[in-house]
Amino acid sequence: MTAAIQLQGVTKNFGRTEIIKGVNLTIDRGERHAIIGPNGAGKSTLFHLISSRFPVTAGQIFLKGEEVTGLRPFEINRKGLSRSFQVTNIFHNLSVFENLRCAVLWSLGYKYSFWHRLAGLKDAHHRAEQVMEDIGLSRRHETPAGILSYAEQRALEIGITIASGADVILLDEPTAGMSKSETEDAVALIRRVTEGKTLVMVEHDMGVVFGLADRISVLVYGEIIATGTPEEIRASVAVKEAYLGTSVDHD
Amino acid sequence: MISTFFRRDRLLLWGGMLLVGILLPRFSSSGLMISLLCQIGIMMIFALSYNVLLGQTGLLSFGHAIYYGAGAFATMHLLNAIGKEGSVVHVALLPLGGGVAALLLGILLGWVTTKKAGTTFAMISLGIGEMVAASSLMFPVVFGGEAGVSGNRVIDKIGLFGVTFGPQVQVYYLIVAWVFVAAMGMFALTQTPLGRMANAVRDNPERAEFVGYNTQWVRYIMLVLSGFFAGIAGGLTALTYEIVTAETLNAYTSGAVLLMTFVGGIGFFYGPMIGAILIVIMQILVGGITHAWQLYFGLLFLFMVLRAPGGFASLIAIQRRLYAAGLFGRVAPWYLVSGIPGALMLVGLIGLIEMTYAALSDEEGEGAIATIKLLGEDYALNTFGPWLAAAAVTLAGYALLQLANRRLFREWNGALATLQGDND
Ligand SMILES: Nc1ncnc2c1ncn2[C@@H]1O[C@H](COP(=O)(O)OP(=O)(O)OP(=O)(O)O)[C@@H](O)[C@H]1O
Ligand SMILES: [Mg+2]
Repeated sequence: MTAAIQLQGVTKNFGRTEIIKGVNLTIDRGERHAIIGPNGAGKSTLFHLISSRFPVTAGQIFLKGEEVTGLRPFEINRKGLSRSFQVTNIFHNLSVFENLRCAVLWSLGYKYSFWHRLAGLKDAHHRAEQVMEDIGLSRRHETPAGILSYAEQRALEIGITIASGADVILLDEPTAGMSKSETEDAVALIRRVTEGKTLVMVEHDMGVVFGLADRISVLVYGEIIATGTPEEIRASVAVKEAYLGTSVDHD
Repeated sequence: MISTFFRRDRLLLWGGMLLVGILLPRFSSSGLMISLLCQIGIMMIFALSYNVLLGQTGLLSFGHAIYYGAGAFATMHLLNAIGKEGSVVHVALLPLGGGVAALLLGILLGWVTTKKAGTTFAMISLGIGEMVAASSLMFPVVFGGEAGVSGNRVIDKIGLFGVTFGPQVQVYYLIVAWVFVAAMGMFALTQTPLGRMANAVRDNPERAEFVGYNTQWVRYIMLVLSGFFAGIAGGLTALTYEIVTAETLNAYTSGAVLLMTFVGGIGFFYGPMIGAILIVIMQILVGGITHAWQLYFGLLFLFMVLRAPGGFASLIAIQRRLYAAGLFGRVAPWYLVSGIPGALMLVGLIGLIEMTYAALSDEEGEGAIATIKLLGEDYALNTFGPWLAAAAVTLAGYALLQLANRRLFREWNGALATLQGDND
């Protein structure tokens, strides 16, 4: 079986600085994969490359066995990859419901239709309602997304990402800035909605990472220094040295 | 429950509008009135089509008149081409031809203009608009050069049930029908997947790409459809005036539709229709009284941009919300209290503007002393008297307005706070 995502020698330069330095990474189908690393390591940049928000400088990206290097974001999305953003990226003037309905229209085949009445699209309506319930925002049905609370916006961010039913999901710090209880809810939500799907997640909260991930990759200064199961990563000396910035041998 | 209520509400609104449109000539059928109403109807369609771009897709165009002009010229040529063979039915349907011509132009040019949104779109629309306007003078066969292209809409002298489109009022009813159809069409567009995604692209084009949409296609199709409706408006202009000149597609017309739409309010579907009513009335009625109407128009625009960027539609919407919450009675008296000094200030200001205009224009001829007429008396403008009087009225109005506004804003903010409190 082909991998869900495969990166081969993926490199990204911003100007002269090499931010991603020849990353090789294979993520299997159905796997929950966490990417961890210090601030500025290039985790978000890696997501931007996979989802084609930025073009790669060198290397190749495969999605479910098909090369997607150089495609446009919407083309990659149509192939079943959906992503969320670290900085909330929603449709501010549209209601919660409209945000979610916009997120499902393409996948349900309505495309650029100006010959369907939105109100008559039962499937889009139900799907949006269902996601709204999943993310706990049913009460906010008509509220413009821009005036939701931070935690609600984060929930909507995840909702928009999963609404289309894509089978490869990339979440960039889904629980950042959430309280303990909000984080627990978010983790339960992520677990529920990514059932049977491939999940790649950037996350700083180690509790979330070790609780949720099947495998973990550690990205430091644009390089993946280790990939393995949570136990392997926990035990890895290299990870401790690089990620914690201290040498374990000294004491 | 709620949704059925809104449906009925909407139906009543549309029906009511149609009824008003049909009945208006019964109240006043003077030539001026009918041509005013015709122009309002045409501009309603044009401004609504402009808002498909600006309000719904977030595209600020400085060259929308090319689609209006394309519709006008195409309709005129079609009218001349069908000549004696045609019937009134053909004439009534001609604006559709104008719409199709504009749609084709949109398909041709839109792909370039909609490549990018934002400032780039604005600049390219300006450039293409100028290009089309300039080329209109280079192809006199198509655009008729300086004189324009004219025609005769009465190609069917027998007509149908007495309708030949000879009398202007018959053209007016045709316009009413087209306004109704076009407005319904554009409203329906807002209720489709494309219409909603246009809103999404307006709000956040990046995210729209990550839910599967090519934002350029969304912009492109919206522009083509918007062009189509602008072309219908252009077609109606051709039938109304029986002459089309290069002015229909130049930057002046593009600017006018922008201002109209903005003043009416881009955030509401009906906003541009309000803008069309206000601005056409200003153009024709105020324009008939004073040469300085464009200055007043500019001042109005400035005032709206600074004080009510949501346009008249947003002002109306707020009153409706206050009314629904039972708070309108609390602020309404203070509108009046502010309105009186406001009117005073306006009178003084108009006086100053008109005097300046009279003093600076040389209509009377070299050396003549400029005068201004007020209540049948002529006042010479080479003395301080009239100037001081006007300035005093303006300043007094301004001072009193500030005073009155203090109370108005207090009531207003109180009412809005209550309104917001109710929502949570
Ligand atoms: N568009 C850009 N242009 C130039 N440099 C950039 C750009 N985007 C990111 N960088 C730089 O690339 C590096 C990696 O950034 P990135 O956002 O990928 O880090 P990260 O691992 O996601 O960090 P964090 O944990 O803080 O989110 C940083 O040094 C950042 O300054
Ligand atoms: Mg990041």
